[in-house]
Amino acid sequence: MAKGPYSEKVMDHFMNPRNMGEIDGANAVGEVGNPACGDVMKIFLDIDDAGIVKDVKFKTFGCGAAIASSSMATELIKGKRVEEILALTNQAIVDALGGLPPAKIHCSVMAEEAIEEALKDFYIRKGEDPAIVQKMKEEIKSAATGGN
Amino acid sequence: MAFLDNVAGTKPDSRVVDKMLPFITEHYGNPSAHFYPLGRESFEAVQEARKNVAALIGAEEEEVIFTSCGTESNNLAVKGVLKHNDCKKKHVIISEIEHFSVQNPLISFMNDGYEITKLRVADNGLINLEDLKKAIRPDTALVSVMLGNPEIGTVQYNEEIGRICKEKGVLYHIDAVDGAGHIEIDVNKLNCDLLSLASQNFYGPRGAAALYIRKGTKVASLMQGGHQEFGYRSGSENVAAIVGMGEAAKIAKEEMHIYSAEMQRLGKRLWEGLANMFDFLHFTGHPDRRLPGHVSFWIEFIEGESLLMWLALKGIYAASGSACSSNILAEDEEDLQASPVLTAVGVPDDVCAGSITFSLSRYTTDEDVDKVLEELPGIVTRLCEMSPAYNRGN
Repeated sequence: MAKGPYSEKVMDHFMNPRNMGEIDGANAVGEVGNPACGDVMKIFLDIDDAGIVKDVKFKTFGCGAAIASSSMATELIKGKRVEEILALTNQAIVDALGGLPPAKIHCSVMAEEAIEEALKDFYIRKGEDPAIVQKMKEEIKSAATGGN
Repeated sequence: MAFLDNVAGTKPDSRVVDKMLPFITEHYGNPSAHFYPLGRESFEAVQEARKNVAALIGAEEEEVIFTSCGTESNNLAVKGVLKHNDCKKKHVIISEIEHFSVQNPLISFMNDGYEITKLRVADNGLINLEDLKKAIRPDTALVSVMLGNPEIGTVQYNEEIGRICKEKGVLYHIDAVDGAGHIEIDVNKLNCDLLSLASQNFYGPRGAAALYIRKGTKVASLMQGGHQEFGYRSGSENVAAIVGMGEAAKIAKEEMHIYSAEMQRLGKRLWEGLANMFDFLHFTGHPDRRLPGHVSFWIEFIEGESLLMWLALKGIYAASGSACSSNILAEDEEDLQASPVLTAVGVPDDVCAGSITFSLSRYTTDEDVDKVLEELPGIVTRLCEMSPAYNRGN
């Protein structure tokens, strides 16, 4: 059969989304919407006292790329520490999916942003300043590019 | 496989293909080469096709100009009228749901000081005839309002539109690409001066289309060169495709009343099955004044591309007007755009609305309709379960 616009990995995650659903007792929830196309992505995290993502679920209203991006993102962050998931970039999601069409890159950006929003929510619930998320992200980024 | 995207082009009739093939293999002469049999045969084949296309729409043979596609026919109609030296008028009226090939050629004219009035349509897709009467001015050169809309199926009151234009002495063009070969067309009854039709939409091949130009209507040529197509369209004819279009027109004239009735029956079955499926499924377009076998709707909470992809995985091929599915080959998300036709008929701003168009053909069967009615509930339920919007609504 002729190849469609999406990679096999994208099609796999579209057809068999991982970690789809909600977490009732989630202690971090992030939702982002894309005004360009109306997509909505919602991520639920259960983070334990050691700062490890014990469970993660997602719900997405969107195209094949949006569904696959959120599904892949949940796989990439499950069992990881908060510091690790903050280091997750949209490019890592794109790479893990075997690429996305240029017009659909924004779907992976949404997934990264949904995780970021969830972590902000995590700190707000703990009574801490959510600005720490942005700060930690910047530190991780500058550390990653520090060698240059 | 249930192929239900016939507005994107139908499967060519095998009789059409049989008729075409010799004009690729043996009869390869150029129709302009009148003085040897090989050329003369091609010329006569093109004339025969012209006769059949003319007969399909009640026109005279010399009023039919062959082009390469519906887009070219619409361009020739709109630009050809405005660019003619004798046309001093600088106002055009179209409906807001015209095809891109009518709307986009007008953009450059707007930059040159022309004025375009876009008539609003009601939620059922129909323009208001009173609006049209009011919009016509002394400097109105052309009215272009389509026959059937490929996305929402609505068929305009073309005869009445034509009568108004005739009374006011304004040229009337009909983009009949969707509808020709399925609905009876008589250019005199429709009171139109120009009418576009495309072979691929009524079981002919791609690569051939036509523009009807009423005798005496002044239309400038867009392609200059030799004298082909009475000077309206220079360039060596695509003989095989034109022959195919002629054969498709001949078959349509004889058989369309049979297959359109059957398409209408199947479309009604599909419509009724969908109507009972979900209370958050909303039909688009007019309930009765529709293209035969055209069923269009949108579903709340879910997105069109996801729907299309799941339908395709189940062997059902359809179309969507959602932004996400609009231009997958684009270089940038900025190039994704929800269908202006859907927003014009009141589909909410949620630009990724789960819109679907099923367009049936003479080859569609009861089994195809059954397949959609069997598969769609599972697909919709699955996508709803995944949708944060669905939870919120319940």
